[in-house]
Amino acid sequence: MDAITLLTIFVLAVFVGFEVVSKVSSTLHTPLMSGANAIHGIILVGAIIVAGQAEDVLVLVIALIAVLLATVNLVGGFVVTDRMLDMFSGRKKSSAAPKGEGK
Amino acid sequence: MILLSPEWAALLYLVAAVCFILALQGLGKPASARRGNLIGAAGALVAVVTVFLSSKIDNLPWILATIVVGAAIAAPVSRRVKMTQMPQLVALFNGVGGGAAALVALLELSHSSSPWSALAVAFTVLVGAVSFSGSCITFAKLQELMPTRPIVFPGQPVVLGLVLAGALVSGGFVVATGSFVAVLVLLALGLATGVLLVLPVGGADVPIVISLLNAFTGLTVAASGLVLGNILLLVAGTLVGASGTILTRAMASAMGRSVTGIIFGAFKGGSTAGSTTVSDRPVRSSSAEDVAILLGYAQRVIVVPGYGLAVAQAQHTMAELAETLEAKGIEVVYGIHPVAGRMPGHMNVLLAEANVPYEKLLEMDEVNPQFKTADVALVVGANDVVNPAAKTTPGSPIYGMPILDVAAARQVVFLKRSMRPGFAGIENELLYEPQTTLLFGDAKDSLAKVLTAVKNI
Repeated sequence: MDAITLLTIFVLAVFVGFEVVSKVSSTLHTPLMSGANAIHGIILVGAIIVAGQAEDVLVLVIALIAVLLATVNLVGGFVVTDRMLDMFSGRKKSSAAPKGEGK
Repeated sequence: MILLSPEWAALLYLVAAVCFILALQGLGKPASARRGNLIGAAGALVAVVTVFLSSKIDNLPWILATIVVGAAIAAPVSRRVKMTQMPQLVALFNGVGGGAAALVALLELSHSSSPWSALAVAFTVLVGAVSFSGSCITFAKLQELMPTRPIVFPGQPVVLGLVLAGALVSGGFVVATGSFVAVLVLLALGLATGVLLVLPVGGADVPIVISLLNAFTGLTVAASGLVLGNILLLVAGTLVGASGTILTRAMASAMGRSVTGIIFGAFKGGSTAGSTTVSDRPVRSSSAEDVAILLGYAQRVIVVPGYGLAVAQAQHTMAELAETLEAKGIEVVYGIHPVAGRMPGHMNVLLAEANVPYEKLLEMDEVNPQFKTADVALVVGANDVVNPAAKTTPGSPIYGMPILDVAAARQVVFLKRSMRPGFAGIENELLYEPQTTLLFGDAKDSLAKVLTAVKNI
């Protein structure tokens, strides 16, 4: 893929990233951080590709370490975020009416 | 095994990328947050299945076994972790993600064909290593494996400067020569940079640093997407990098801090004010019965919960005490500092678990004007977020952080384990004020005693 296409994708993704999280209340900062943290665990895809191309043992071992770390990031990230949000769910029922936001 | 053509793979990666965007968007609103997270997980699953079906993957049994092991470690730990330990777990997950990206880039160096690709390798290795070691230090600080206050040694800025300069030079070598030795040096210097950057950060600033390192890891994933020519990694990493940057700024501004102030603040000599030891000035400590009387005859009570409430798992006892007081016609609300506990929103989650109605949780701007009409401010296991030093002592590590104005209340009751200073490692003058009463002990025990005494009034 040529450099300009990659740059275009990068710049557009930056703006989407800015846009989707603007105006988030401070209560949700932690789950949002945790969810974003889980998403970068997708480096697992990269780790799998590298491990799948490994031809000598040393490279394979290092790549498998990367696979392990990335899996921990990805799986743990989503599970812990879900757990965090589970604790919020008790409140959802009682907060049908949104409270006056930031006066 | 190649079952999917590159076109199908690209299409499925696009689906995954859209899932990630929807996930971030969903996580921003309370009603859709949980669904958002699930959409993100679904996107990740699609992406992982796609990579297996669309590229030539050797060593398949090894890879699958490693993934199973990783999932078997991570899922139960995340399921069982205590609420109070979630921030350090997030820090740890972030660190290993950065480490994985650094290793992937390291191995890809020999395949990199252009200087641009080598530059992306150098960036990923350096920043991934910073994120890994920095996150490990924040983990150790939050887990209290090491002192939580800012750690500064003489000449630290010089050392950091030298390490960074060395990193730039070795990064240059990596780009120019593609030398494997240079990239290992770069990795080591990156690890050192992460440690040096995070050591001087203390107190309530740690969650902001986790968020910043999270954004760093996102950028490394984006850069490794460039190295591997994988669009999904590029998009997902960039999304996290961009949203993480915005989030870091939002968190910092919720605390009235600037991001550069947090990273470099301790270097400017603010640290010395942080190392006060416990003084032996007299304080007024009292019994649970006295506290019960103060509460029982009040009209308005504002509860200020902090990390101590979370550690003691005292939220249910706290909620019961508040209900008992309300049954006596006393108005009880909670004043929530944005960073009370160890992460933003910590107290909201904790009290929601104890079924405290959302309307009773007031944010800082809302509750601060109310303290002057409150009879009692009941501070349960909080310290730094009510420390007037944030307003009065310019040299203090927490100077400039907005605090809950409990000193304005007629009476202030602190439930504390000991006179030990809070997370920021600084003493709280408020403890010695005449309107302050202290009740020592574990928050849950103290609250239970106060509750019994209130019922007997």
